[in-house]
Amino acid sequence: MFTRASLHAQQRTWLLIVGLLLLSAALLPLSQWLFGLRVTYTVRVVALGGALLGGLSGVLGCYAVLRRESLLGDALSHAALPGLALAFLLFGRELSLLLLGAGISSWLALRFSAAVQRTTRLKQDSALGIVLVAWFAAGMALLSIIQSIPDASQAGLDQFIFGQAAAIIESDVLLVTVLGLLLLLVIALFWKGFKLLSFDPEFAGANGLRTGLLQTLLSTLMVVTIVLGLQLAGVILMVGLLIAPAIAARQWAQSLGQMVLLAAGFGAFAGGAGAIISALDSGIPTGPMIIVVAFLLVLLSMALAPERGYLWSWRRQRAHRRHYAARNILRDLQRYALRHGSADSAVPDAFIRGLHPGSAALGLHELQIAGYVRDTAGGWRLTAAGIAAASAMQNQQARPKKEAECFSP
Amino acid sequence: MAERLQQLSDTMQKSSTIALAVEDLTVAYQEKPALWDVDLAVPEGLLMGIVGPNGAGKSTFIKALLNLVPRAAGTVQFYGKPYEQARSLVGYVPQRSSVDWDFPTSVLDVVLMGLYGKLGWFRRPGRHEKALALQALEQVGMADLAQRQIGQLSGGQQQRTFLARALVQDAQIYFMDEPFAAVDAVTERAIVAILSELKQRGRTALVVHHDLQTVRDYFDWVLMLNVEIIAAGPTSEVFTPANLRRTYGGRVAPPGLG
Repeated sequence: MFTRASLHAQQRTWLLIVGLLLLSAALLPLSQWLFGLRVTYTVRVVALGGALLGGLSGVLGCYAVLRRESLLGDALSHAALPGLALAFLLFGRELSLLLLGAGISSWLALRFSAAVQRTTRLKQDSALGIVLVAWFAAGMALLSIIQSIPDASQAGLDQFIFGQAAAIIESDVLLVTVLGLLLLLVIALFWKGFKLLSFDPEFAGANGLRTGLLQTLLSTLMVVTIVLGLQLAGVILMVGLLIAPAIAARQWAQSLGQMVLLAAGFGAFAGGAGAIISALDSGIPTGPMIIVVAFLLVLLSMALAPERGYLWSWRRQRAHRRHYAARNILRDLQRYALRHGSADSAVPDAFIRGLHPGSAALGLHELQIAGYVRDTAGGWRLTAAGIAAASAMQNQQARPKKEAECFSP
Repeated sequence: MAERLQQLSDTMQKSSTIALAVEDLTVAYQEKPALWDVDLAVPEGLLMGIVGPNGAGKSTFIKALLNLVPRAAGTVQFYGKPYEQARSLVGYVPQRSSVDWDFPTSVLDVVLMGLYGKLGWFRRPGRHEKALALQALEQVGMADLAQRQIGQLSGGQQQRTFLARALVQDAQIYFMDEPFAAVDAVTERAIVAILSELKQRGRTALVVHHDLQTVRDYFDWVLMLNVEIIAAGPTSEVFTPANLRRTYGGRVAPPGLG
């Protein structure tokens, strides 16, 4: 029974992964058909860029979520701002240099907070929190300097605050594709190491895995992903694009591989959809749109996912209530009938309803479906199957765990 | 000190092979040392319990041996080799509470992690590795749960999963951090059976242990630790009320001993 159920769960998850990837691929034709979106070359580039970045963030986000490093992701993305601003002041609007500046700035923040944690008694959340605000404040100060320069204020760096997918051009997509493939290759190569590091770093260390090296590598991958995603989601909301797909994926996944693929799918969908929506009206920043979509995916997953979802636990609870109501009523029907003649004597409806005031209807209905009772003129009568089930249940009273089995029709 | 050195040399003469040799090991997290000047030699094929009050440095001791926390001083050798060269000889069972059991993975997958060290960086576990893992699960009585999500395990099953992961490592010397903590009777029996089987195969195990009642039953040797070593040696000789009082600071009079 269990293996069958788990097999179904596996198949369901794989189906979901395939469906998600198909849906992400069909985003553009779908929105063309549904909303009359004019698919221009620009829209195509923007949507592709959004989906690629979203997918990549989803993959790296899995490690952030599993290692409880969501706050690290937030700090790293905020910490990119001073680097962006400084690069802009020095070199102007050259994207690769802007991203390089952002990356260096985030990476310095990462090393600094690690050093603080190593050398002081500050806990991780405090160390990260203080780094986050310090770097971000420096960035805001630099931004106001930039805005006071009459020449530069026009170009602005606003797109990096909340994200502006419309600014994505073909060369950006190329850059994301190349770097993204490189990141995925590294993750595939070090798959075992990253998995063990995420699940049990101590055991990994005792097993001779270079945990320090792996940790630095993983953090660097995260910095690169975040910096790439800044154009799309912005420094403030980037962490959402990182962790929301992973959180949604966790609800469905049964292995790390499934979780990573699902998060890639959710991320691609959120990134692509957010980019398209904001491209429809260039006034809407992309970051908030992506987060809205991603959060909806999280809500849906928390509601619907098998085993973990609200809907499932609600259904399971109801099944339990029904099961125990039926069991107890079956027991009382048998007792009453035996005391008033034979096992198939009629039992008055009022007796059962009086004994089980809330659950009589539910339990009797369940027993009727199972074919254990009949509703006759004199009252409820056990059928042959019902009598057998009732005595089987009585024999198994001493083994409470097995009772469930003898009752199921 | 002289007494302890005498003890050490006695041990060395009695046994042909020393599985673990620790000299002058000191660990300091903040100002105060967590472990102070620990000297220990453990002959091969022994089951050794490690007892001591909270904060005595029991877990720190194991972690310092395995290079998981930095040492302030001291040397550690496994079968005469430093840890870097002896990794394949060493198996580790961390505290059950040290990981997040909601990680998306199956029991079999966790056990396979015990083989990652042997597989190296890039090789994936194949059929041979899966057979080994299943065999280890069989040993701890969990073969039928191999495909189960680890989030659905009971505390005892979690502990047995960790034990199976250590078994597939096929190590010479095992370090177990409170494997008996809050487990059911089935799991306790499984751990005891595994320990005695390890011993029969000439393996050595050092086990952090809390239940003073069972120390005599489970362990040949005992290490009584409270930052410093209070006593170490054959259980029948060193596990005395006097040593227990010294270990636990005199406040605790452990019941059932005398």
